[in-house]
Amino acid sequence: MASTLTVASPRRTDRQHLQDALFRGATRAFAIGVLVLLGGIVLSLVVGATAAFGTFGWGFLTSVAWNPVKDDFGALPAIYGTLVTSLIAMLIGIPLAIGIAVFLTELCPPPLRRPIGTLIELLAAIPSIIYGIWGLFVLAPFLQLHVQPFLIDTLGEVPVIGPLFDGPPLGLGILTAGIILGVMVLPFIAAVTRDVFLTVPSMLRESAYGVGATTSEVISRIVLPYTRAGVIGAIMLGLGRALGETMAVTFVIGNAHHIRVSLLAPGTTISATLANEFSEAVGRLYPSSLFALGAILFVITFVVLAAAKLLLLRLEKQGTR
Amino acid sequence: MMGAAALYYRRRAVNGVYLTLSIAATLIGLLVLFLILWTLTANGLAALSTKLFTEMTPPPGARGGLANAIYGSVVMTAVATLVGTPIGVLTGTYLAEFGAGSRVAPVVRFVNDILLSAPSIIIGLFVYELLVVPMGKFSAWAGSAALAIIVIPVVVRTTEDMLRLVPGSLREAAIALGTPQWKVIVMVIYRAAVQGMLTGVMLAVARIAGETAPLLFTALNNQFWSVNMGAPMANLPVVIFQFALSPYADWQTLAWGGALLITVTILLLNILARFLASWSNRTP
Repeated sequence: MASTLTVASPRRTDRQHLQDALFRGATRAFAIGVLVLLGGIVLSLVVGATAAFGTFGWGFLTSVAWNPVKDDFGALPAIYGTLVTSLIAMLIGIPLAIGIAVFLTELCPPPLRRPIGTLIELLAAIPSIIYGIWGLFVLAPFLQLHVQPFLIDTLGEVPVIGPLFDGPPLGLGILTAGIILGVMVLPFIAAVTRDVFLTVPSMLRESAYGVGATTSEVISRIVLPYTRAGVIGAIMLGLGRALGETMAVTFVIGNAHHIRVSLLAPGTTISATLANEFSEAVGRLYPSSLFALGAILFVITFVVLAAAKLLLLRLEKQGTR
Repeated sequence: MMGAAALYYRRRAVNGVYLTLSIAATLIGLLVLFLILWTLTANGLAALSTKLFTEMTPPPGARGGLANAIYGSVVMTAVATLVGTPIGVLTGTYLAEFGAGSRVAPVVRFVNDILLSAPSIIIGLFVYELLVVPMGKFSAWAGSAALAIIVIPVVVRTTEDMLRLVPGSLREAAIALGTPQWKVIVMVIYRAAVQGMLTGVMLAVARIAGETAPLLFTALNNQFWSVNMGAPMANLPVVIFQFALSPYADWQTLAWGGALLITVTILLLNILARFLASWSNRTP
């Protein structure tokens, strides 16, 4: 478009056109490369999982077997562990994250906003393996000595939910993994929720305060309804992280291929199973079953993350309208 | 019937509970951060000595250091960053500069955001199938490739965001001088956005420096000093994983030392990146 204005010779203009086209083509090629990357990931999972799904069929999803010696595998304990630990993580992470977002947007004195926000974001920067080693040596013993005996004596006696807190306090298990995951996803949810809260037009907020609403009423009747899609998007984003989190869970979940009602019992997740067993898996069906687990994890996280993204996009459009 | 005063006090009480809970949530978040850092410092300082940087990872029961693992982590992180950054920058450039009106760009943006949060262990499986199986062995190349795939979406995202912040008037001024578009982007737009783009690269480095899952079945581990990129290579995260879960006290101490090293590096990179970003925003 610029070349029509230049006084350069036609040949030079042609060369510039060519260079522009080449540059544009190169950037476009790499952009399409990102799509190819995702395609490659899907393809590799499908290829890897073919043997397992071919042998076990859909029964793979509902079987609780995990026996490398007899070559009999099922995904249910790992899927169960993944979903339950993520659920616990959400129960812990969502209230804390929304509390932090409220604090940062409504309460915090402006000079402290950035430092505190940054500190919370640093929680997200700490690698998974550090949470794992901390969970194993600090959190698990603490839960085992102080929290779990209390849970067993109190909630464990309550009818209906009692079985959830049954059995010996081992320290390691589903509950510990869920708590660690809750802390890990908290900064992701808090950061996005805070940004989403800031999109609320100050006119709405000020009008509510103007008619005498308290801060809690502004949050529950103005901010949250206005940002509902965005907050759900933030939660889904955190859920996507929790589902795929690997190392921290591997350290504290106890790695047992069974389903127990008690949250204090050891279990496993898809990612923990992969981390523990993949490099030692031999034969044809064993590695393939692990690939099949990976494929299941990919499908679950893809759906959750895609939903999160779509909800956040909707809010973005609402903001520019 | 509820008097006006009662209603007033009830609303005030509800408000008080709300605000107390939100302050408590923030304190819990900060408390966890400080607890983790405190534990790391208390346990990690005991392992810090010059031996940590000069001696190899020891067999069980012996003393040693993490020299080979530190070297492996630095090399694989460097290769991954060098490979991932240009790919990420060019993709981000397409999204920001040529994406308008294109049908590919929204799809790429969407897929990139998914890759940004996708479980890193899946990347490990992909690279295993792509490189480890055909080569017939675990290798540092495979480890670097897995890390590079994690770098790309981070850099794409920040590059696009940063290029969009460059004022349109700058573009128009350069185009009005008859500058070809590629020169406008490379010599004007990149230059205006370079600090922000650098921030993205630093965040990407911080992200992969502690990544463990994608290395478990790509680079694997190596007890000895190795500079061969075609062979398994030691790296800090996998060594920490192996040593922390071992029953040997010496190994556990080394694991804490490595954990402290990684965390300090990553937190410094993050703080530096933020500082750079706020500084570049102040002087556009």
